[in-house]
Amino acid sequence: MLAESLALTAALFIIGVMGVLIHRNAIIIFMCVELMLTSVNLTFVAFSRYYGTAGQVFVVFVMTVSAAEAAVGLAIIIAIFRQRQTIDLKDINLLKG
Amino acid sequence: MIEPHYSLFYVFHFYLFGVIALASAVTFVTRTSPVAAALWLVNTMFSLAALYVMLDAQFIGVMQVLVYAGAIMVVFLFVVMLLNLGHPSAYADARGTGWKLTAGLVGLGLLSEIMVIARAKLPQQLIIPREFSEQQLQKLNAVGSIAEPLFKDYLLAFELTSVLLLVAIAGAVVLARGRAVGAR
Repeated sequence: MLAESLALTAALFIIGVMGVLIHRNAIIIFMCVELMLTSVNLTFVAFSRYYGTAGQVFVVFVMTVSAAEAAVGLAIIIAIFRQRQTIDLKDINLLKG
Repeated sequence: MIEPHYSLFYVFHFYLFGVIALASAVTFVTRTSPVAAALWLVNTMFSLAALYVMLDAQFIGVMQVLVYAGAIMVVFLFVVMLLNLGHPSAYADARGTGWKLTAGLVGLGLLSEIMVIARAKLPQQLIIPREFSEQQLQKLNAVGSIAEPLFKDYLLAFELTSVLLLVAIAGAVVLARGRAVGAR
């Protein structure tokens, strides 16, 4: 089942990347990033079956990082929404040269 | 690498959950409403949790349901409702055709990269004997086989994780509190 897991990981990751590029809603882009993080976890789990359970430890770390990332990112989104009343990335272009 | 023989029951359910995960991911990425997208993403997370359990990572499967589907996605839904993005005029549309073409090209590029990597051979010293993880799973249980490396080999990383979480909590509070920060 290793090959199938890796193929599924690849497909989910690519769906996440395409979602980040397609959408303009900051929250949905954020969820696409979460999808990319989870899909990588599947690789760790699939390999940990063959190369030792230490791979699952990395899954725990990835989950922690993604939880921290979600907390900070959503706080940033709330702060931006307070400032500009929008989360459309088209309107958030203050840093654009 | 020789894989053990799997029963038809196992293979069928593996593919079933794989297809569910993939289909919900595609549905998720094509939604423009944040709430619908979040719920489809929860569906993907659940089927991934089922796959983890089938891949002998029961503890990770439970964590997936609790942390991802239970905590992170709920935070997302809270923010969606806090910002009152529920009504259709607040939806941001998808980007234009140029962006969609770029997304397709990037996707194809990543896919071809994975095809190339899949042909690579793993160095011999990285390969652990085949029954290793099964033996470990029998010796310790599902939780112990994660806890032992976590609290022995990766103890420093584990402790640093707590600092990361603390920083994240403080940062989130400061960022989301807004104007009141300077007042007191």
